[in-house]
Amino acid sequence: MKNLVEVKNIKKNYGKNEAVKGISFSIEENEILGLLGPNGSGKTTTIGMLLGLLKPTSGEIFINGQKLEGNRIEILEQINFISPYIELPKKLTVKQNLTVYGKLYKINNINERIEFLSEKLRLEGLLNNITGELSSGQKNRVSLAKALINEPKVLLLDEPTASLDPEVGDFVRSFLEDYKKEKKISILLASHNMNEVTRLCKSILMMKEGIIIDKGNPEELINKHGRKNLEEVFLKLSRSKNELN
Amino acid sequence: MYGLFLRHFYLITRSFPRVLDLVYWPTIQITLWGFISNFFATHTTYYNNAVGVILTCAILYDFLFRTSIGFNMLFLEEIWSRNFTNLFIAPMKIGEILTSLVATALIRALIGLIPAVLLTSPLFGISILDLGIFLFFLFLSLYLFGITLGILVSAGLLRYGPSFENIAWSTMFLLAPFGCIYYPIEILPEVFQKIAYLLPLVYIFEEARNILINQTVDIQNIYYAFLWNGVYFVLSIVLFYYSFNVAKNKGTLINMGE
Repeated sequence: MKNLVEVKNIKKNYGKNEAVKGISFSIEENEILGLLGPNGSGKTTTIGMLLGLLKPTSGEIFINGQKLEGNRIEILEQINFISPYIELPKKLTVKQNLTVYGKLYKINNINERIEFLSEKLRLEGLLNNITGELSSGQKNRVSLAKALINEPKVLLLDEPTASLDPEVGDFVRSFLEDYKKEKKISILLASHNMNEVTRLCKSILMMKEGIIIDKGNPEELINKHGRKNLEEVFLKLSRSKNELN
Repeated sequence: MYGLFLRHFYLITRSFPRVLDLVYWPTIQITLWGFISNFFATHTTYYNNAVGVILTCAILYDFLFRTSIGFNMLFLEEIWSRNFTNLFIAPMKIGEILTSLVATALIRALIGLIPAVLLTSPLFGISILDLGIFLFFLFLSLYLFGITLGILVSAGLLRYGPSFENIAWSTMFLLAPFGCIYYPIEILPEVFQKIAYLLPLVYIFEEARNILINQTVDIQNIYYAFLWNGVYFVLSIVLFYYSFNVAKNKGTLINMGE
């Protein structure tokens, strides 16, 4: 399988504070990689560097074979991002928001794309609704539609189901699984929901204090650390001293 | 009660722009109105033969204000709506972002300007069109300076984050006393005159008054206005790119709006 994301020894310093201390990983086509770690472990900084919003202090990032540095615009056409911490303009209707982003991503057949995504994400009846008046679950699905408007090869998800009720959360997870299989995209999933990570991710990176302290598939990690589930593994690693594998 | 006082006291003391904001507005208002009062006290007959001069200058200044604030508003709207990150991860070059903001700011300013221009004639019997063909050059010059200020403030927002917002609202007022909008440059103290001559505003408003009062055109004023506009415009673009790079190093782009 081809690696769509390759991260080689990236570091990020904010002055004297080393937020990310030289991490390397790759994500294959048709793979969801989980990025776990306590708050302040460097997950958001890593995602920021992958999106080109943050300049690594050193190291290299390749997306679909292209180096991010010097090819930012070409790469941004192939990736997208969803996070509960960013929103779409609240006063615009759902369709207006999706049309704006369709234009920004230079999509030719915007209406067809919006129709396709609204059908897949159960947004048909909401297209003319004001985005700011939607429920959290509806807003989340609209953000997901925006993140898929450009048919990204790489999707970065920062806590995509945070604050969703179990039904909507399950819908989003199922949708992501199906979409990934169908389009063979790579997904980086940063989440604090261990059940979600266990269900979706083929492999996991555990980060702490800017380094990767462990990696493997969920089952391997659970067995290796002698715990019942991933949540217990997470707690063990978060509370222990760093152990680089 | 004391708790609520403390909540705002902590906020003000933790933010230098907020402290500056408290001092800034009264100082600027007093300076501006001080110069205006001085002028009218010593030049009572200056506007006798050109009653529309003040109103024309007010419309010109408002166009500048709308253009600059309009540009800032477009940028701030993205921060307030927490859409900023979405915008900066879209495949748009910085030049494309700036160009679209510049064009949108013009449309916003024109929407505000046209009714004001149309109202002055029936209400006050004054037409800004009395400035003739040179009105176009004056407006173009003001538009250039307005978006230049907008780009400079946006560069500050990129560099320092949302705390720079207060500066966004106050740039126009800081320049107003030096712009010589309602009085000739001679009314300013010598040191202020030197500063004023480094701004395109003084040439624009001096020329507007010259055309309306003396019925003559001094091309040199228009030339200097465009010259300084060009200098500041290039500087603002360079600064915006610089701030974008600083923001990428500092992480402002990913935290903006949080």
